[in-house]
Amino acid sequence: MAVYRRLLASRVRGQLAYPLSFGLDLLAQALGQTIELVVIVVLFGRVHTLGGFGADEVLLIFALAGIAFGLADLVVGQLDELPRWIRTGELDVLLLRPLPVLAQLVTADMQLRRLGRVLVGLLVLGVVLTRAPIAWSPVTVLLLISTPLVGAVIIGSIWVATCAVAFWVVEAREVANAFTYGSSLSTAYPVTVFAPWLRRLLTFVVPAAFVAYYPVLAILGRSDPLGRPDAMRYAAPLVAVASVAVAGLIWRAAVRRYQGAGS
Amino acid sequence: MLALYVRLLRAGFDRHASYGAASVAGMFTNIVFGLLRVGVLLAVLSGSGMVAGYDAAATVSYVWLGQGLLAVVLLWSDGELAERVRTGDIALDLARPWNLQAAIAATDLGRAGHAMLFRFIPPVAFGALLFPFRWPHAPLTWLAFVGSALLAVVVCGQIKFLLDLTAFWLLDSRGVRALWAATSGVLCGLVVPLAYFPDWARRVLAGTPFPAVIQTPIDVFTERGNPAVLLGVQLAWALLLVAAGRAVLARATRRVVVQGG
Repeated sequence: MAVYRRLLASRVRGQLAYPLSFGLDLLAQALGQTIELVVIVVLFGRVHTLGGFGADEVLLIFALAGIAFGLADLVVGQLDELPRWIRTGELDVLLLRPLPVLAQLVTADMQLRRLGRVLVGLLVLGVVLTRAPIAWSPVTVLLLISTPLVGAVIIGSIWVATCAVAFWVVEAREVANAFTYGSSLSTAYPVTVFAPWLRRLLTFVVPAAFVAYYPVLAILGRSDPLGRPDAMRYAAPLVAVASVAVAGLIWRAAVRRYQGAGS
Repeated sequence: MLALYVRLLRAGFDRHASYGAASVAGMFTNIVFGLLRVGVLLAVLSGSGMVAGYDAAATVSYVWLGQGLLAVVLLWSDGELAERVRTGDIALDLARPWNLQAAIAATDLGRAGHAMLFRFIPPVAFGALLFPFRWPHAPLTWLAFVGSALLAVVVCGQIKFLLDLTAFWLLDSRGVRALWAATSGVLCGLVVPLAYFPDWARRVLAGTPFPAVIQTPIDVFTERGNPAVLLGVQLAWALLLVAAGRAVLARATRRVVVQGG
């Protein structure tokens, strides 16, 4: 554990060594998330409900999903670079060290600038909490705190599972983007906007609907307009545990199969 | 001299033809995003059936044409030129017996030609097969669309050229390119139809080259507005940006110092 702490501390110091460059990067990340907020505002300039939800309700989903995505990106985002690590042979070096590969990759390049997204999410959350029709109770407060963290675990698992594809086909890196960056889009809106087959996929296969949509139903004290059982609104932690297990299995199978790029 | 640029154009085409698996992977991701975006935008329509002149078929066409054009104009710069500026390799490029700006544009047109066949047609065909689709009514529209897409590649290429050239002054143009990556999707009309924006925002955007990159070719295809005017505005922006790129490159070149040794 002390090893990882030292690794992480050195990475963080490295990024803060150039404060201006770091500030610009942070700003760009925050801007990216703000732009997605603008899109929602523009859409609600034309309509009053989206998938059966009002502007404040959608913004609550957007804010919680944004924080979750930002946190997941912070921890496992650098897995996007996995194909490069494989191609250059750097991964082989990691495999020789007596530490788990995934833990090494995660601590290798944690980019603090990705917190820009989280900051915007928190800001939107702060505003929306004063306006959305929230059914306040101790459970609601617990859900508001746990949802971004549990959501980050779910998105992080999707990230690990799909990036492992690079071990089979190095060039197929962009396939992972469909699931990783795709979940930044699919988690930010009520799952009701999507076609039924896509909805089922986003609930039972790639569990994006549990990142923010179902917990927000509970926070708002609403039942699922699609008639799914109310218990699903509280199922996110279980889904997160299952996601971690599945992602772990896929990652292990992939690493075991890995034979090097021959470089 | 012209033969050189034709060869560069072909090289641009061939270079991307050799990445088979990467093309398929890119197409897959492109289609997934298209499905998610169609879902959101059709949900906007579900109340009234028509928003800002977009019915279901026009919305679907808008999304899939956008997904295809995204790869054709290559909206997000890979920063290859900026990296050459940073490392100093640009001195070699400037010393070659060519017009650097024209050489980059020719290579980019070749790349766009490949993308048109392998990255534009598949998602559009996918969307057209699975959803109601708004095909052009007038045969001439097809020709106008090809011209509009070509101009969009030039406009986008010149914007990215200018962004990369900021590396001459900033050394690290990553911040500038990150800003472009974050905002261009919305400014160019890729994410939401520009017609959805409030009037003031539409007026501001009309004074920029950004709509010419994605929204205009889509408008030409779906026959929104007078094609002659749409193409004329694109052409004007293309010429203006080429002139600007030329002027900035000339200024930047004066800053280049080649170290001996």
